[in-house]
Amino acid sequence: MAETQAKPVPVPDGISRTYWEGANLGEFRYQRCGACGKAQFYARNACVHCHATDLQWHKAAGGGRIASCSVIHRAPIASFAGDTPYVLALVDLDEGLRFMCNVLRCDPAQVRIGMAVRVCFESRPGSAQQIPQVEPA
Amino acid sequence: MASKAIVSGVFDTQVGSLPESTCMSLHTEATLGALADAGLKLSDIDGLLTAYSFASPQLMLGGVLAEYLGFRPKVNASICMGGMTGGLLVRHAESLVRSGLCRHVLCVTGDNRLTGMGEKVQAALADVGHAQYEQPYGMSVPAAFAMAAQVYFHEGWLNGDHLAAVAVNQRANAALHPQAHMKKPITMDDVRKSKVIASPLRMLDCCPVSDGGAAVIVSASETGRDLPKRAVELLATGEGHTHEHIFAAPSLIDFGCRESVAEALGRAGLTHADVDSAHIYDCFTSTLLIQLESMGFYERGAAGPAALAGEFAIGGRFPLNSNGGLLSYGSSGPAGGMFHVVEAVRQLRGECGPRQVKGAEVALAHTLGGIFSGHCSILLGRA
Repeated sequence: MAETQAKPVPVPDGISRTYWEGANLGEFRYQRCGACGKAQFYARNACVHCHATDLQWHKAAGGGRIASCSVIHRAPIASFAGDTPYVLALVDLDEGLRFMCNVLRCDPAQVRIGMAVRVCFESRPGSAQQIPQVEPA
Repeated sequence: MASKAIVSGVFDTQVGSLPESTCMSLHTEATLGALADAGLKLSDIDGLLTAYSFASPQLMLGGVLAEYLGFRPKVNASICMGGMTGGLLVRHAESLVRSGLCRHVLCVTGDNRLTGMGEKVQAALADVGHAQYEQPYGMSVPAAFAMAAQVYFHEGWLNGDHLAAVAVNQRANAALHPQAHMKKPITMDDVRKSKVIASPLRMLDCCPVSDGGAAVIVSASETGRDLPKRAVELLATGEGHTHEHIFAAPSLIDFGCRESVAEALGRAGLTHADVDSAHIYDCFTSTLLIQLESMGFYERGAAGPAALAGEFAIGGRFPLNSNGGLLSYGSSGPAGGMFHVVEAVRQLRGECGPRQVKGAEVALAHTLGGIFSGHCSILLGRA
């Protein structure tokens, strides 16, 4: 019987745990610096802009736009082969964050730079971890 | 006073499918070839700089190689910065020589990742993605590079014909190199009809995976009087870094190649127009065109039309990647960038036969690591 390889699942660490726990509650959490006021993705223990360590967690509203995207026809690993063609995208959230995700629930050929999207969360078989994704707004 | 640095010897092995090769055999072959080219013995070498291997990962590649060669270098270091590493070895060799710490530094790279890894190599490459924020999304390396290409397509600066022209030109150049991996001629239509890997990149927009190795020896200029070959001066080097993961890039249009080339040209007292022969990292056709614009060799939106107009041909206005580049000469991990350095040196020596760029006096070799993440520029000139 063929072995089915699972998709990679993030393993939260001491710095990222709040982000991934938020995803399980349907929240896209991010850090904002108490000193300079700027937002950052991904979670760190110091501000990437000014290196202050006074960071507070916030919840993003979920709206954003496609900054760039590519339709993948050749998956890098076997566990994604069944999904081809699928969309890999860079999304700019309204709060001033950019993150990587897939664009779900749409025809890959219709995804465009500048397209409005909203955050959603994906469940994967064999894992309790919800994965932040986007779908057309 | 700081010594000047020269390149005293270069060598690249056969590339392609080399089933009998190992990581160490390729390093050895490249080392012995470069020593012969320079008229040096291994005992003349006092510094050893190496990169890394996917097929045969080592904690201390430089230690493994020195032992394999029965060699006790005075300086030994391995640098692991992806595709930019070849350039970085030469840049650090320049520092070692100019500071007087070393007289002859051997920079050697190689990997047998084609026959040594088979199908596993694509997954190993995709492993460069961030474990929490990229890999869960099935990011492939072509798709990561495609993020910048899509912006250039969206803005109307690049199109599929521009990319195809790069692939066709470099295949034609590779056909003139006896050692190249991919020599079968291709047409614009072959590229445009090859299967999509990650839009807008098609199979023939992507470099192959090759076995192969390359070595470059950087020496203090006063040692060069008895060189068997024409000496080539290492004029200046530069480096630029903006991010590691593509989602964290401050721009999808301009990258660290801008600072890297500016630093090298500035230190050498040269301008873009002084570069006669360019050898620029080309893991994908789009990568090359985007860098040409970001570096300032072409205005925004002008590199693609230049490719279509034949400007990058060996007899063209801006001869580019005369050995066929990563796209057609071959791509053996860190050796991919080193092949560019080797070809740049050969152009300045006038050794390229049918690939020779007439009157080449200044050459640029440029390597890239990660997803446009880190860049290293090497400017070379006829001594």
